Amino acid sequence: MILVNNRDRVEYMPGMTVRDLLEQLGYTYTLITVTVNDTLVPREEYDEFTIQDGARVGVFHLAHGG
Amino acid sequence: MKSELFSRNVPGSLEVLQRATVAVAGCGGLGSNAAVALVRSGVGRLILADFDRVAKSNLNRQHYFLEDVGKTKVTALAAHLRRINPGVNLTLHPVKLTPANIHQFFAAADILIEAFDRGESKIWLVESWSRQYPDRPVIVGSGLSGIGHTGELRVEKSGRIFVCGDQKNGEERGLSAARVGLVAHMQANTALALLINPEGESI
Repeated sequence: MILVNNRDRVEYMPGMTVRDLLEQLGYTYTLITVTVNDTLVPREEYDEFTIQDGARVGVFHLAHGG
Repeated sequence: MKSELFSRNVPGSLEVLQRATVAVAGCGGLGSNAAVALVRSGVGRLILADFDRVAKSNLNRQHYFLEDVGKTKVTALAAHLRRINPGVNLTLHPVKLTPANIHQFFAAADILIEAFDRGESKIWLVESWSRQYPDRPVIVGSGLSGIGHTGELRVEKSGRIFVCGDQKNGEERGLSAARVGLVAHMQANTALALLINPEGESI
């Protein structure tokens, strides 16, 4: 089981990448940043970075405006 | 004078905050208002970076005045901050930040307040900061447009990354001083809490 944003539980699948998880969660925003077990995953690694069972994932939308 | 200036502060906070250095990346609606709150709270040193100049259209939400129009934001903001606390230590960088130069300007900072305008810039700043300083907090502002919906504003955290706002797109909703200021003060409040208690239990 993978815990997303301390709220949502997603079933773990072997070999699951950050990209797979984002697709499964239905994230359509392009302006996001992702952490796995509290460590940031650079966006160029989303296709290769595999998530382990039990991982805590953070997905944050960084919207325009400041 | 200093003792009177901070006489209403949270007990025990001033000694810690006076020794702290906070970097503010972008001095617009988030950065200018957060900086004012940090100086009023007793933070001893700020590093301010923004390449932009004050425009009249900034005045609906940013901490500037009509007479500032045309000045660089870091210069104008520094003058206002020194009118609150002449003893505050300010380092000003009227430059465009890039992933390659943030170390040059922010190496001395304990905490970074991300206060850029564009989402793409927020992402590279968080990535660059987290890579270079994995143990130092970065406090991001995300989702502040419109009016109302106060209860949707929140702080989410993962490791040393803290995100303040509603995380929603909303450029078409426009910007108001009240809601931009709320998010700016959430960022400042989070920074103060982390400086006083680095474990982040009280954010």
